[in-house]
Amino acid sequence: MSIWYAFCDFLPLEMLHWDFMKNAMLAVLLIGPLFGLCSTMVVTGRMSFFSDALGHSAFTGIAIGSLAGLAAPTWAAVVFSVCFALLFSYVRSRSNQTADTLIGVFSSTAVALGIFVATLGGGSFTKYNTYLVGDVLSVTPGEIGLLALVLVAVVLFWVLCSNRLMLTSIHPQLASSRGVPTGWMQTAFTVFIAVTVTLSISWVGLLILNSLLVLPAAASRNLARNIREYHLFSVLLALVAGIAGLTVSYYLGASAGAAISLVLALFFAISFLLRKVRG
Amino acid sequence: MTHHTHGDSCSNACCLKIQNLSVDIAGEAILKNINLHIHCGQMVALIGPNGAGKSTLLKAILGQREYSGTISFSAVGQRNRKPLIGYVPQSPAFDSGDPVSVADLFACCMSKRPTFLGVSKKMRQKVLTCLERVHGTALIDKPIGRLSGGELQRVLLALALEPIPNILILDEPLSGVDVEGMESLMEMLDEIRQKYDLSILITTHDFAMLPRYANQVVLISHEVLRQGTPKEVLQSPEFARAFHRKGAMEA
Repeated sequence: MSIWYAFCDFLPLEMLHWDFMKNAMLAVLLIGPLFGLCSTMVVTGRMSFFSDALGHSAFTGIAIGSLAGLAAPTWAAVVFSVCFALLFSYVRSRSNQTADTLIGVFSSTAVALGIFVATLGGGSFTKYNTYLVGDVLSVTPGEIGLLALVLVAVVLFWVLCSNRLMLTSIHPQLASSRGVPTGWMQTAFTVFIAVTVTLSISWVGLLILNSLLVLPAAASRNLARNIREYHLFSVLLALVAGIAGLTVSYYLGASAGAAISLVLALFFAISFLLRKVRG
Repeated sequence: MTHHTHGDSCSNACCLKIQNLSVDIAGEAILKNINLHIHCGQMVALIGPNGAGKSTLLKAILGQREYSGTISFSAVGQRNRKPLIGYVPQSPAFDSGDPVSVADLFACCMSKRPTFLGVSKKMRQKVLTCLERVHGTALIDKPIGRLSGGELQRVLLALALEPIPNILILDEPLSGVDVEGMESLMEMLDEIRQKYDLSILITTHDFAMLPRYANQVVLISHEVLRQGTPKEVLQSPEFARAFHRKGAMEA
């Protein structure tokens, strides 16, 4: 951390002379590649509503954790989200209902449970606002370390499994005919998304989190013609949007998460206009 | 390799044997007592009305569907080992927006190196060799979502041929392909069948192609209604009944 602090002080940027901004910038530099990578598979696997539902379940987990008086409601949320993801995978593989209907069922149940638990006994909801909007400026060095660990785990998972996961996403039947354990692949990916989403929720915020999981890859798809470009653009766009969004929010005093999402939305608009040029 | 005519015992030949195969889904019998022998070097066409259980049978052979009965494979010198199956899924199969090139698709299937880091030169060379088999080397950098029906079939066929399988299974390869494409695809399958001495099992609704290319036609509707040469099956009363045709088809 001290190297990073020294590096920030070295830069002639006024905003990076505040400790909270140094932390926030480092967090954003980790969140960018993390969400950029996850985004590629969320979009290819048509799971954008599922990741949204996971955000809701994470919130429910936090509410339950707080109610139970746990010191670290985040960990309760991680456990809850992983269970939620596994239960969803199980029901989806056994049900003949379409995925979007099941996601609706799970998502609304999670939200209802979350609000019910949070307001149980006349409790006030306001203390949960931070999870809805998120505040990357409050991130601590310990939490940044945790984010770094998640990023390393996701990169490792990608190196080992992304070929099989991509095949599963684009054509499950073809994948399984070539010996890919499609069920395990999907479940493992779901668990990774659940952990990532839950650990990021306090900084990114439930309401904006999903835009980070959808927009980078959505914009990248407009331009990319192969898997390498797809990943490269997605990660770069998320990274640039993170830095730009944080900077904008610092000078204008708005929510950083929202600013990052808006920059990504702008990237999507530009890539949409450029898609014809790339043909 | 010795091939033998339909009806012989398969004791020493290269053969996929399906015996008393049944599939129940939610208590409903989708397939009942299917018995089939598919010999190497043969093209077998599976025909039947919609919902007859053709895809279910393919899935059972692929091991993607639970079944009762036995599916066994024996080749010369090797008995009852697991056959290598090449599978060409039904198209249209890919999202037109997927940023996955033909080379990526092959690399995802064949390479351990993560494709998001790019396709290596060595791998590209290998992909070109595979595409050569279907005269499709020009397609290597095209996104898979933008291939025409015929191009997609050729790419999927090239993929199914690596490694060269014992049995090649194609689910409705002719749907979504124009007449010219059908001819060239069937020609190609015929060439591959002879060159690599593999069995080919296809499902199709394009009966006009069968007399020229198929060695055996199997008509099913939950059970085997009739099997034999294309001529025998297409002119049978079972065929006429299954497809509600007044007269049997002129083969």
